[in-house]
Amino acid sequence: MKAIVRAMHEQGIAKDDAAVISGIGCSGRMSSYLDCNTLHTPHGRTLPFATGLKMARPNKSVIVVSGDGDSMAIGGNHFIHACRRNIDLTLIVANNFTYGLTGGQFSPTTPAQSWAPTAPFGTLEPQFDICEMAQAAGASFVARSTVANLKHMTEMIRLGLEHKGMSVVEVISNCHVNYGRKNMHPEAPEMVNWIRECCVDKEVIEVLPVEALEGKFVVGVLSQKQRPEYAAQWAEIVERAKNGRH
Amino acid sequence: MPHIRSMSGNAVIAEAAIAAGCRFFAGYPITPSSEIAAVLAEELPKVGGVFLQMEDEIAAMGAIIGASLGGMKTMTATSGPGFSLKQENLGFACMAEVPCVVVNVMRGGPSTGLPTLPAQGDVMQARWGTHGDHPIIVLYPADLTEMYHQTVRAFNLAEQYRTPVILLSDELLGHMSERVEIPDAADLTIVNRRKPDVPPEQYLPYDVRRELVPPMANFFEGYRYHVTGLTHDETGFPTEDPDLAEAQLRRLMLKVSANADDILEWEEDGLADAEIAIFAYGAAARSVREAIAELRSLGVRAGLFRPITLWPFPDKALHLAVSRAGALFVVEMNMGQMIREVERSIRHIPIIGVHKVSGQPIDPDEIVFTVRDYLENGTLPRNAVYQMSV
Repeated sequence: MKAIVRAMHEQGIAKDDAAVISGIGCSGRMSSYLDCNTLHTPHGRTLPFATGLKMARPNKSVIVVSGDGDSMAIGGNHFIHACRRNIDLTLIVANNFTYGLTGGQFSPTTPAQSWAPTAPFGTLEPQFDICEMAQAAGASFVARSTVANLKHMTEMIRLGLEHKGMSVVEVISNCHVNYGRKNMHPEAPEMVNWIRECCVDKEVIEVLPVEALEGKFVVGVLSQKQRPEYAAQWAEIVERAKNGRH
Repeated sequence: MPHIRSMSGNAVIAEAAIAAGCRFFAGYPITPSSEIAAVLAEELPKVGGVFLQMEDEIAAMGAIIGASLGGMKTMTATSGPGFSLKQENLGFACMAEVPCVVVNVMRGGPSTGLPTLPAQGDVMQARWGTHGDHPIIVLYPADLTEMYHQTVRAFNLAEQYRTPVILLSDELLGHMSERVEIPDAADLTIVNRRKPDVPPEQYLPYDVRRELVPPMANFFEGYRYHVTGLTHDETGFPTEDPDLAEAQLRRLMLKVSANADDILEWEEDGLADAEIAIFAYGAAARSVREAIAELRSLGVRAGLFRPITLWPFPDKALHLAVSRAGALFVVEMNMGQMIREVERSIRHIPIIGVHKVSGQPIDPDEIVFTVRDYLENGTLPRNAVYQMSV
């Protein structure tokens, strides 16, 4: 949350001109702690609400805060299509590998073979890579950071805010209570350290052997492209329609 | 001067929505409502509006809530299966008090049912489809000139009471064309949401103390506040305080029930001398009108009570209207839904249901036959078409 506020400040976004939209989960309450136009939607529905709000007021900043369950499972379809539309939203996904709020059930990003109350024999499902998904679906800015580096996270979010188009910033987060406790990271400092140790910067992966990336999080700006933005394209359609052209 | 056109019900809804000030539509293709989206995709950009085809029905409902918070008048349109998917976010709009209009062009159900054929099986879902106690306004016209006016009224009521309004139609009304009197824009009453008249630091978006419908600030206009589906206090922030929780939900319900006189509209036809009263709405009421003409020509004094506002239910009006009748027939294109509400309200005369779920409109002769059989024998034919409810 601190990183979001700092990034907004650095980008010069006024409180009255920003909306922060969150869903349900550990990231859900974040909107209610911020002093701007804040909206706390049903589980998984942040992006449709954000899309409507952005299209109604395209010159305002709409920032979405979500989690791995909220945006990859129940809101997965909305995630894919918001990326495909390339609408100018900044989506921050706090990925803590679990449904922490409801007691640690496995989520789409839980590593395979993890223990969860709903997977007492270990999870069978392979994990989603949020950033790969975002890129494949068409988001024009995709970055990853972690809770272990506030400065880096702030910069990734700031770049996301600056980018015109759909920006997805995944933030690897700790849930030592409901995920780490049963999966070898029971203490917060230890889990944050583990996250830090698993980070590999985008800039250096070219020179590393493929095996060295096994189990690591590649952090940094993973891709940035210039693609037509949805609301801007709609504005062109309005111009054409007003002039009687198809 | 109104001008006269021949239009389909779906086109009427689209055109009336724009006249009412709708500038944002989000939808998902579904039979038999899709023409509403097609007309708005063409017309909304011409007036600077937004048309979105979303990835699913849930997203379309979410988008119209988001855009309404941004200050626009918004609508979505769907049918049966899509209406089921709307329910989650519809409840959010009730709880967070966000104006919007949801059109449901009813088709045969349950499930995928009869996609291209008319039914009236969603009238209870329109009232109770989303979880938890919630207020709702449901309108259901029976002809296409009325469809125009009720579409405009749906937006007006949504804005006035800060609540979603459901506009029901059915495959029959949606796809048929008839003579429509389109009023001049200058003759339309247009209601816009009341904005706060206090400075931002004094604004309480969900104030329970002063009035049932607190003024609504749009996002990005200096009134920074919190909107949530959680139970909230007068500021909009979540609370589990029992007194505040109770007070908010009671105000929410009262918003509609205490304003029923303003919200309710209905038609009475030929009830002054009627021995037989018939309760019907939407497409079924069109069959009833013809049946009543036939019955009268046969010497049976029959009359129609037709709710245009289905919810809140017009208890008082119905009671007064049928006070002199000897029996009340309820004609519906479902297995018997509103008849339960009628039975709750009317207890002094027999109530007889005529229900049909074949996907075909009710033939006026079927109604005439049932009424005459009742009058002559005091009994009802026992076949698949008719359901006896007393």
